[in-house]
Amino acid sequence: MTQPTLVLACIATLLLLAAGAAFGARAPKATPLVYGACATISLVAFGAALAGGDGTMVLPIGLPWLGAHIRIDRLAATFLALINLGAVGASVYAIGYGRHEHAPARVLPFFPAFLAGMNLVVIADDAYTFLFGWEVMSLASWALVMADGRSADSRRAGIVYLIMATFSALTLLLAFGLLAAQHGGYAFADIRAGTLPPWQAGLVLVLALIGAGSKAGLIPLHAWLPLAHPAAPSHVSALMSGVMTKVAVYAFIRIVFDLLGPASWWWAVPVLTAGGTAAVLGVLHALMERDLKRLLAYSTIENIGIVFIGVGLALAFRANAMPDAAALALTAALFHAFNHMLFKSVLFFGAGSVLVATGERNIERLGGLIRVMPVSAACVLVACMAISALPPLNGFASEWLTFQTILVSPQLPQWGLRLLVPTVGTMLALAAALAAACFVRAYGIAWLGRPRSPCVAGAQEADRWSIAAMAVFAALCLLTGLFPGLVIDALSAAVRQIVAGRLPAQAGLPWLSIVPVADRSSSYDALTVFLFVVGAAVMGSMLVHRLGTRTVRRARTWDCGYPDLGPTTQYTAASYAQPIRRVFGPLLFGSSETVQMPPPGDLSPARIRKHIHDRAWETLYEPLCKAVLATAELFNRFQFLTIRRYLSFVFLALVGLLLALTIWQ
Amino acid sequence: MIPLAMVQALAAQGTQMFLVLLLAPLLVGYVRFVKARLQRRRGPSVLQPYRDLLRLLRKEVVLPDTSSWVFRAAPYAICSFTWVAAALVPTFATNLLFSWSGDLIAIIALLGTARFLQALAALDAGTGFGGLGSSREVMIASLAEPALTMLVFAVALIAGTTQLSAIAAAVLAPDLGLRVSMALALIGFVIVAIAENARIPVDNPASHLELTMVHEAMVLEYSGRYLAMMDLAAALKLLMYASLIACVFCPWGLAPARSGLIHYAIGMAAWGGKMLVAGTALAVFETITAKMRVFRVPDFLGIALMLGLLGTLLLFVSRSL
Repeated sequence: MTQPTLVLACIATLLLLAAGAAFGARAPKATPLVYGACATISLVAFGAALAGGDGTMVLPIGLPWLGAHIRIDRLAATFLALINLGAVGASVYAIGYGRHEHAPARVLPFFPAFLAGMNLVVIADDAYTFLFGWEVMSLASWALVMADGRSADSRRAGIVYLIMATFSALTLLLAFGLLAAQHGGYAFADIRAGTLPPWQAGLVLVLALIGAGSKAGLIPLHAWLPLAHPAAPSHVSALMSGVMTKVAVYAFIRIVFDLLGPASWWWAVPVLTAGGTAAVLGVLHALMERDLKRLLAYSTIENIGIVFIGVGLALAFRANAMPDAAALALTAALFHAFNHMLFKSVLFFGAGSVLVATGERNIERLGGLIRVMPVSAACVLVACMAISALPPLNGFASEWLTFQTILVSPQLPQWGLRLLVPTVGTMLALAAALAAACFVRAYGIAWLGRPRSPCVAGAQEADRWSIAAMAVFAALCLLTGLFPGLVIDALSAAVRQIVAGRLPAQAGLPWLSIVPVADRSSSYDALTVFLFVVGAAVMGSMLVHRLGTRTVRRARTWDCGYPDLGPTTQYTAASYAQPIRRVFGPLLFGSSETVQMPPPGDLSPARIRKHIHDRAWETLYEPLCKAVLATAELFNRFQFLTIRRYLSFVFLALVGLLLALTIWQ
Repeated sequence: MIPLAMVQALAAQGTQMFLVLLLAPLLVGYVRFVKARLQRRRGPSVLQPYRDLLRLLRKEVVLPDTSSWVFRAAPYAICSFTWVAAALVPTFATNLLFSWSGDLIAIIALLGTARFLQALAALDAGTGFGGLGSSREVMIASLAEPALTMLVFAVALIAGTTQLSAIAAAVLAPDLGLRVSMALALIGFVIVAIAENARIPVDNPASHLELTMVHEAMVLEYSGRYLAMMDLAAALKLLMYASLIACVFCPWGLAPARSGLIHYAIGMAAWGGKMLVAGTALAVFETITAKMRVFRVPDFLGIALMLGLLGTLLLFVSRSL
């Protein structure tokens, strides 16, 4: 069976599964059956994506004069692998996690449909199939966000998500309309054949950036993301954050790099600016957040920003005919996209397990989970270190590549880019450092320390399936971190297809080190560093035990001479972030603190209140909502008129139309 | 048959690895000694840090009953990450065998891993002071680390590489001339080094006053051999930063590849001299400066960040600035 047939068969099976689940969701064992089937199908599709070999197909469905064009090229195969690996993880996790679902009938049918939609977007080779898949993906994920439709929060998340998803699809529709107008065909092959005049091409870029960027969560189009991702069940949150945002990255790369033709240099400017802004603001929002899943959703915005920085640099190099530098930038972006799928999945799985064990998402009420959930704690720790870009894990490898890309960019001829790139580099460095702070806080408050509320007391370790999914993905974080050269080589075919350049082959280098630019001697070898660190730690501990004593005495915590203070004296998440909030908050969030101190002698507690403003929401969305409401009010008046008035409107409209026609001729 | 150059590089790497470990406490002792003399005290011997370490190693560990395995594993991990970072910075010779395995960005990130674990370990026992130190540390780090990255960018753009030995060679090359960006980077590096090593004016290593503690608050619950590892890691970090600044901005005397024994001897002597100068300068600076309020630290580090950005921008504008 050829590759497209196999992937199509997988998609069809997923859709059948969705239909079956719609009827049989209440059957016993439905949950493990559906998720088990999803895991198997995704594994097959993952294998098909890795198998290689390009293929095209035209199916006689869809629009009658168009059909459904299917094509799997190297770029599509790369993203297919990413999507399906993430899907395998989420499905396996859900075999255990799904048992705690209150209403499985609201989740089970939509989960396979969601997977099918994402796969379809990537293999589509015409605009119609692409947008069809895009809408299946959006609607299925919307249904999953609404799975817990009883709470006001998830209803609000659902409506905001639906509006933003429609908006995103609309902009992509316009972009494809402009692209197809030149040649008249909606198949991607026809679109590639035409070239657009510069201003139209620029317009398509902006539309694609808005359409894909709002799906991926670029600021200021991110408003729905921190609402919708956490509202869904945790395995779906992992898919939405780790995988669906990557489908949006794919859409952007496909439209701008593949379909749009030759680039002009200024295209990189909006992409880089959006990426840098998302990276810094996303992680700062995450730092202020106390809801564990919202924190992770904001951190997704940061990572998408890093990916878009790589994509923007690739665009700049491509416009200046520097294919090898563009290849480096795009490799960094794709590598980071892949890494983010891995560690964000583990983090959402961990958050889901915490939610099941304690019923709590607010980290202010957690603490000390490492003692009751030791294995999950270890997996989440690895993922936290990976997302904080710490060697020897995978997050660092991709950020290191991005930094190396920035170091080759003084060769760019345009002054605008030369001034922009170092600024974006600063934003990237700032985001990396703040991410480390954010995840020290998230992990330290939720998993370490002493329990802050009784909900932790009854917590139990997660089930075997959930642990298996977390452990395998955490191990993958370490492995891709130790052997980044293998991933870089695996990405090289897709990169060469898109930007026509390539990195030096990494597999043959001694000691499995990576050397991204041949004529510079910058290299990084995670494996050696890792072995060195392990060796030093083993040697150090042996030496210490030999030289000194091994005695250990457990005693009450000293705390500078104040023992036996209650758990409430620990730092909270809010107090932990206070120094950073004080540094960045006033400028970026308009944050302020008010202290209410009772007068002397009064025994009522003193209160400190913090206020944080989401500037994007207040300056962009609220006025927009108000305008829409006001317009709706205005038109609402037309609903309650007398029949005479309606008739006169019809008459006036007719006269106006006839007049217009006469003048036109 | 293993080539001679490789044996030499291996020997240099091994020597360096153990040399930094052995000499790190000496630098701390020397700084304390000079500071004491500047304050007209006799002060302890320069060997006192070694005695402290041995004393701590022999003492039993008192473990807080609220701590987990993270608390116990962290000291070893922190110490080994810092040690590896220190072993990768050329001190007396540039032809270290494993110098290619981590460039300057990776070395900084290794220290970042150590700091991440330290900030976590501080939260593990669930005490107020641990949280205080950890929270302040990540605030300082979230500004110091990007500053350092930008400074590294500036240096790397001049040298055309992020590899430390190649940077040292590029700085030694006669065509370098006097660079504005290099001067900016030097000032920035010193600021970051002071902040990262918890020295005055950012933090006071001799203080246990709750309003001012950062680093000391994080290691407050540690005792016995764990505290020894933490202290050793801090000493290694100080030596590493001093060697890093010496290697990038003052690489004279570093033994190049394929050099004879005499070059290595010169390299060692030069390194010793540089460390003495650095230690003295640090002691003098700490004596004449007052500690600043915690919320003034962002301004201080903001200067380093701006210097780094400025240096990098200058190099994006012209390679010869």
